[in-house]
Amino acid sequence: MTETREARRSQTDLPAGYQMEHDPDDLWGDARVIVNIGPTHPAMHGALRMVAKLNGETIEKSYCEFGFTHRAKEKLGENRTYHNFAVYTDRLNYCSALINNVTYALSVEKLMGIEVPERCVWIRMICCELARIMDHLICIGINAVDLGAFSFFLYGFHQREEAYTLVEKLCGARLTTSFTRIGGLMGDAPDGFERELKAWVEKTRQVIDEMDDLLTNNKIWKKRTVGVGVFNKEDCLQYSFSGPNARAAGIDLDLRRDQPCLFYKDVEFDVPVAQNGDVFDRYMIRLSEIRQSLNILSQCADKMKKGPIWSEDKRVRIPEKTVVHNTMEGMIHHFKFFMTGFDVPEGEAYTQFEAANGELGFYIVSKGAPRAHRMRIRGPSVWHFQAISPMVEGEKIADMVAALGSINIIAGELDR
Amino acid sequence: MDIRHPIPGNGGDWITRFGDIWKSQVAELQKVFGSAIEEVRMPVVYPTDVPIVYVQKAKILEVLQFVKASEGFSYGFLADITATDETADPRFEVVYQLFSQTQLCRFRLKVRVPEGEDVPSVVTVWKGANWAEREIFDMFGIKFSGHPDLRRILMDERWVGHPLRKDYPLKGYQIFTDSQAVDPERLK
Repeated sequence: MTETREARRSQTDLPAGYQMEHDPDDLWGDARVIVNIGPTHPAMHGALRMVAKLNGETIEKSYCEFGFTHRAKEKLGENRTYHNFAVYTDRLNYCSALINNVTYALSVEKLMGIEVPERCVWIRMICCELARIMDHLICIGINAVDLGAFSFFLYGFHQREEAYTLVEKLCGARLTTSFTRIGGLMGDAPDGFERELKAWVEKTRQVIDEMDDLLTNNKIWKKRTVGVGVFNKEDCLQYSFSGPNARAAGIDLDLRRDQPCLFYKDVEFDVPVAQNGDVFDRYMIRLSEIRQSLNILSQCADKMKKGPIWSEDKRVRIPEKTVVHNTMEGMIHHFKFFMTGFDVPEGEAYTQFEAANGELGFYIVSKGAPRAHRMRIRGPSVWHFQAISPMVEGEKIADMVAALGSINIIAGELDR
Repeated sequence: MDIRHPIPGNGGDWITRFGDIWKSQVAELQKVFGSAIEEVRMPVVYPTDVPIVYVQKAKILEVLQFVKASEGFSYGFLADITATDETADPRFEVVYQLFSQTQLCRFRLKVRVPEGEDVPSVVTVWKGANWAEREIFDMFGIKFSGHPDLRRILMDERWVGHPLRKDYPLKGYQIFTDSQAVDPERLK
């Protein structure tokens, strides 16, 4: 290699004895290319921007910018009632909007000390696991598309559409669900929902096995992902990694198991952990987590019983439409509920939940008003995106695309 | 109806699970740091889910290093850094949400910051604190001393004002027609 380079150099018209000042392994002299990737680029997941200084194909140094879709969610949280704000939580991680809805409802209920009935909790758990599967399917699917494996993506995308149809049966919307209410749900699951869910789970199991066969041992896939975008355990702790990305690096922690809320104590599931923390391990973790989520879903469908879905707490119970339309008191109640909102007692709480990407947290400080004093949203993507620059330093620019896809950055959650 | 109730954890059993751990940790902090611990708010007594410990601003770096590394604490995971505008004197509070991955309990440290004063940056303790502190600077205008790169993060660099302050107007425009150019200084 060195000889050919010397030979090539001798053919150029450099004066004899000329010593180049730069590093001899440096193919392109001191020339560096600055590449501006994004904010609108197919390889960037959402409106993100990365500016990279390249030496040939290798990234020497880079920096990231975001905030292009900043919608001031935290400010809105301070200026909308608790009931109003549920809509805005859909637009955080829009790939798994149901998880955001549930976490938000949990956080306000925690401040108010509200317990919701059993059926409501089971439906919420089904929502969370469905959303997790949809999020993981899109993450590994798009990661594969970025690296050229398009058919793999379509297998998963079909099942994902079917999952959206299930969500549509629950709440009428596909993407921006706004399904939960403080102290309850928008509506009950339709008759036969459990049966349809179980049929979907069985079908998805087969599809996941097929997807596994199709890609996992593929030589090209392995060459593009094994040892690429490595982020080890110490780095993960430094950058507060959580969720599948942390588990891929050997951090054995899942908030569903370790700080259980809802009924995660009553279902059986494993927490997959890998050791290398590269793109391949993140893919494998997500694939195994889909299988675990499918197990949880079928257990939920078995354990779900008929019953009420609303907490009987008078502060948060939205009056029934028949009462609203036929009685004066009901209409006043309805009007007061939606126009003024309900007071949340003074206090503060940080509620965390294992979202599809990692630890999603709502830190709410209440001063006893119908609007929060502070509504802080801890999105896992922020902490993951921060690590992309150190992660890809010294790697090829094409591997940056693989690494970025594997940590699953969702711009809605990043910009808030 | 008495509205000041203790806030249980997500699992509902945090106080029974971690109550003793928290008590001993707070006692240890008070023993080691003495007057640097300004105030302690425990769950049940105060409506919060985890203990809140107010630390003197100058000592926060030491306290965080202590709770991260020492036996019995091991709060190795920085869940979040954020701030609140209390519209009082001192005006701001910077909030550190901590999580122990070994004991599985959470903890909250707070620092009171008067307007216009700096807070020591914790980037030396957790590298991930970098963007969180930039966001606080962006949204509240609290400066962090010793931060390697304290610039705005969500808003444009030319933006005037700090949006999450309580006196920031809810409506108004600041329009920039051109995008921010590549900054070669940041690629060195």
